[in-house]
Amino acid sequence: MILVFLLLIPFLAGVVSFLAKDAAKNVALFGSLCSLAVSAYVAIFCGTEQVPSISIPWMPTIGAQFSLSADGLTAMLCLLTGIIFPVTLLINRNKNIENPAAYYGLIMLSQVGLMGVFLAADALLFYFFWELALIPVYFLSSLWGGERRIAVTFKFFVYTFVGSLMMLAALIYLSMQTNGVNAMSWDNIIAAGKALPLMQQHIIFWLLFVAFAIKMPIFPFHTWQPDAYEQAPTQVTIILSALMVKMGIYAVLRWLIPVLPEATAFWADLVMTLAIFGIVYASLLAMVQTNIKRLVAYSSIAHMGLMCAAAFANTDLSNHGLLVQMFNHGINITAMWVIVNMVEQRYGTQDLKKMGGLANTAPAIAIALVIISFANIALPLTNGFIGEFMLFTGIFQSASQYHIIFMVVAGLGIILGAVYTLSMVQKVAYGENNSGVATVAKMNGAEWVAVIILVAFIIVLGVFPQPLLDLVLL
Amino acid sequence: MFPLLGFLVNGLGWKTMPKQAAGFLASLMMLVSFGLSLAIFFEVKGGASETIHLFNFIQSGKLLIPFAFKIDALSSLFLLIITGVGFLIHVYSTSYMHDDEGVVKYFAYLNLFVFSMLILVMGANYVIMFIGWEGVGLCSYLLIGFWFKNRDFTNAAKKAFVMNRIGDLGFLVGMMLVLYHFGTLSYGELFGQIQGNEMIVSNSTYTWIAICFFIGAMGKSAQLPLYTWLPDAMAGPTPVSALIHAATMVTAGIYMIARSSVLYNHSEVALQFIAIVGLLTAIIAASIAIKQNDIKKVLAYSTVSQLGFMFLAIGCGAYTTAVFHVMTHAFFKALLFLGSGSVIHAMGGEQDIRSMGGLGKKMPITKITFLIGCVAIAGIPPFAGFFSKDEILAAAFAHSPILYAGALGAALMTAFYMFRLYFLTFSGKFRGTHEQEHHLHESPAAMTFPLIALAILATVSGFVGLPAVISEQHSLNEFLNTAVTNLGAHHLDHSTEWMLMGLSVSLVLVMIFIAYNRTKSPNFAANTGLAKVLENKWYVDELYDAVIVNPLVKFSGFMDKIIERKGIDGGVNGVGKIVRWGADRMRLLQNGQVGAYLFSMVVGIVLIFVIGLFLVNF
Repeated sequence: MILVFLLLIPFLAGVVSFLAKDAAKNVALFGSLCSLAVSAYVAIFCGTEQVPSISIPWMPTIGAQFSLSADGLTAMLCLLTGIIFPVTLLINRNKNIENPAAYYGLIMLSQVGLMGVFLAADALLFYFFWELALIPVYFLSSLWGGERRIAVTFKFFVYTFVGSLMMLAALIYLSMQTNGVNAMSWDNIIAAGKALPLMQQHIIFWLLFVAFAIKMPIFPFHTWQPDAYEQAPTQVTIILSALMVKMGIYAVLRWLIPVLPEATAFWADLVMTLAIFGIVYASLLAMVQTNIKRLVAYSSIAHMGLMCAAAFANTDLSNHGLLVQMFNHGINITAMWVIVNMVEQRYGTQDLKKMGGLANTAPAIAIALVIISFANIALPLTNGFIGEFMLFTGIFQSASQYHIIFMVVAGLGIILGAVYTLSMVQKVAYGENNSGVATVAKMNGAEWVAVIILVAFIIVLGVFPQPLLDLVLL
Repeated sequence: MFPLLGFLVNGLGWKTMPKQAAGFLASLMMLVSFGLSLAIFFEVKGGASETIHLFNFIQSGKLLIPFAFKIDALSSLFLLIITGVGFLIHVYSTSYMHDDEGVVKYFAYLNLFVFSMLILVMGANYVIMFIGWEGVGLCSYLLIGFWFKNRDFTNAAKKAFVMNRIGDLGFLVGMMLVLYHFGTLSYGELFGQIQGNEMIVSNSTYTWIAICFFIGAMGKSAQLPLYTWLPDAMAGPTPVSALIHAATMVTAGIYMIARSSVLYNHSEVALQFIAIVGLLTAIIAASIAIKQNDIKKVLAYSTVSQLGFMFLAIGCGAYTTAVFHVMTHAFFKALLFLGSGSVIHAMGGEQDIRSMGGLGKKMPITKITFLIGCVAIAGIPPFAGFFSKDEILAAAFAHSPILYAGALGAALMTAFYMFRLYFLTFSGKFRGTHEQEHHLHESPAAMTFPLIALAILATVSGFVGLPAVISEQHSLNEFLNTAVTNLGAHHLDHSTEWMLMGLSVSLVLVMIFIAYNRTKSPNFAANTGLAKVLENKWYVDELYDAVIVNPLVKFSGFMDKIIERKGIDGGVNGVGKIVRWGADRMRLLQNGQVGAYLFSMVVGIVLIFVIGLFLVNF
């Protein structure tokens, strides 16, 4: 029953936000804090003896149930969602937004979709929430985004929607292979997938994989992403990059690898090659970006590539590391966007050439930027290191005959990562102030809270990662 | 642990902290750590070693990485060097940095550095070492770019970090290989397995692991081809150059390999590779140092060259000799850097030796201590550098005459460039402006005290490792052999050893004389030919830019503009366009004429029948 609250709270908060007019941002913040409390409760107290789940008939004729379940992976992602939303709502509190009621209402609705995707234990329900998460983000980006928002968001929507349809077709086909009772439930889908002849497994594999690869995004399906990150309002970018891309990885772990084990093993080398090539490719592109949001976007593609490769390496260690890294990447990328948002507001530009001197004008922001940047390039004793170390070790131990090459080429990412991240730090924080903005505002109260929470996660989980390592294994 | 406390207090209170208090607090923490290190030193002297297990850092399935420390002879010696030299440099910094606005931040970074360095040498497994390894890299980055307004300085910081990262990838791959083949990263278990031959692991595996770790060491210890960051790192404050880029951090690579001596002993190939890289580094860096005119650059290349000597010793299987040279080098190189800091301080920031000269009269203490440093590094008995360098030369000779000849050549160049530096700086006539001449003064006591202390150490520290011909007892070897396993050294007979010593010392004296003659009437005309190549550091930086950096940036730009936007994204948009085009065509079919609809229906039905017929029959 508790799992229903995870959906109900953001839904109610969203509805109330729509009606609340100017108080919407406070309603949303309050709602997100409540859902944080529930997800923390689920993560910490539930599941020690038995995985919490609920299931009620929904559309029995096609075998769909309203069925939720929360194992360690789900609990961790719900907790991450619970943490990210209040932090996201803390920034930009001073900025005047047109029609705040709709804006915050949509943000909360996207949380419903995200939570639902992670919780759903039924294929149709999963698809339903998958789309539900997409729609608010579409409206948020196309109404409140940057100059090129219409074209960019349209492309983003069509691209991911095409993927969704492919996924829907595959899931329906799988459900048709079962005996009809609760045909859409996760267990039945898995049984159906495993029983498929190999040729059909291959086709279903590609339908599902392309859908998830677009979402993650994996090279060469990634081109919607830098544009979308650049044009969306930063709060929406956070939701996209910290949480929605995790839907892709989550879906691979939940709805692809266990469902089609033989096809997965067959295509693993190819997928890992794409993912790892994508790491180097995205890192190289990040080096030459002059727009700070695009730079962070490409850096995120590189990180997702590593995670995807680890998912398909499919060793105990890479899977465990992947779960850890999903959480840590969510924290780090959010922290990065929080800083980018502050910098953009203060300098009034996204152009790296017109920044500089932050260490002089606003040292606290610069220090936070440096800490977060080093977490982003996985310096030991930050949370980024734990996940990446486990991922690299896991990939190295994978059964693939190319395992050493995979690891070493993926490792080039840590060198290139240092290059583009430190270049960004240099251009933003050091040197002279090139922005023409004379006075740079210090961090305000809400921003301090957001930054301190995130930096605390970065350092505490970097030094004592074990609680997180244990949580995801439940 | 005390430096961490110092870092936290200074780091968190960086705005409110009074300036003097920061330096005092940081130095005090270092003194306490030094006291503790001494205590530890006496505890492990009898060969004891202790492992302290704090908590499990990462545990996943079979992978277990504890947060544990191990103290034995090797780490305790490094502890002494780090905290001892570190303390002196902290004291020096309180005076050198006293009017810098970021002084509190400076001491916070410095403490953080020492903390990371201690983690590095105290860790009980490679992951903990890696934590310290990256931690010192971070501090080095922060301190090189300490004066962050200067773009060149922040570039140097970035370069240092990135070059180190290249090495780190090697380290990481090495760790993966060890985990893959041995299933553990803790020193005790790993070396136990190797020595007990519990695992059947092929020689080539050992070689790969050894080379991967050595690539890590190349980055951190500035060996060919990753050395170019170290001279640029001189952009940081001079005490930082002394502590990080001469005495401690750059020797981390030596520590790592000495720690893994058991592993390296299994790979002849890796050792040979190390010896060759070390020798080439020693020669090339020394040749560059001859023609540099920036006082800190000369010392920087000298550091690179001395590190090359240490790796040469390692390549000959003489790990304790390398550690010996680490120790003596830490003393005399820190001394030289602090001396140069004293000079720069007196010259009001000038670093070019072409506008110095005759400083000895105004700065007697700096002059004498600097001279001691030069004599020590040049290798004249009874100063420290003689003993350690002589041991390296003897090891090289025992290994191969070619290594010996190369090393001797590098040693002679060392004597030449150091004394060129010394004479140009301290004797002759002053060549700077009048204003500078007026400003010349001896440095305050907080700066001269560390100089004197280091000068004493640079004089006497060689006696812990007397050569076999003088004394049967090599106390350093005995102390270290509980932690480090030397490869069975071929002992030279006494007459050969005497001869080698005599040869090197007399040649060094000749070089000093040449240096003196050359600098009596200095001539700074533009260099030509080989000298110009040396002055421009063999054009290595230019080569890297031309071969790696620029093509990479151009290639990335090309990928961004063409592949990404036109190729992949163009393809995606193209699919959209085709769909639209197709839809436009399809729309024409729905023209509202019932006849056309009927016609296409009939065609469709016929087609279905035909296809069905085929399917049934075949």
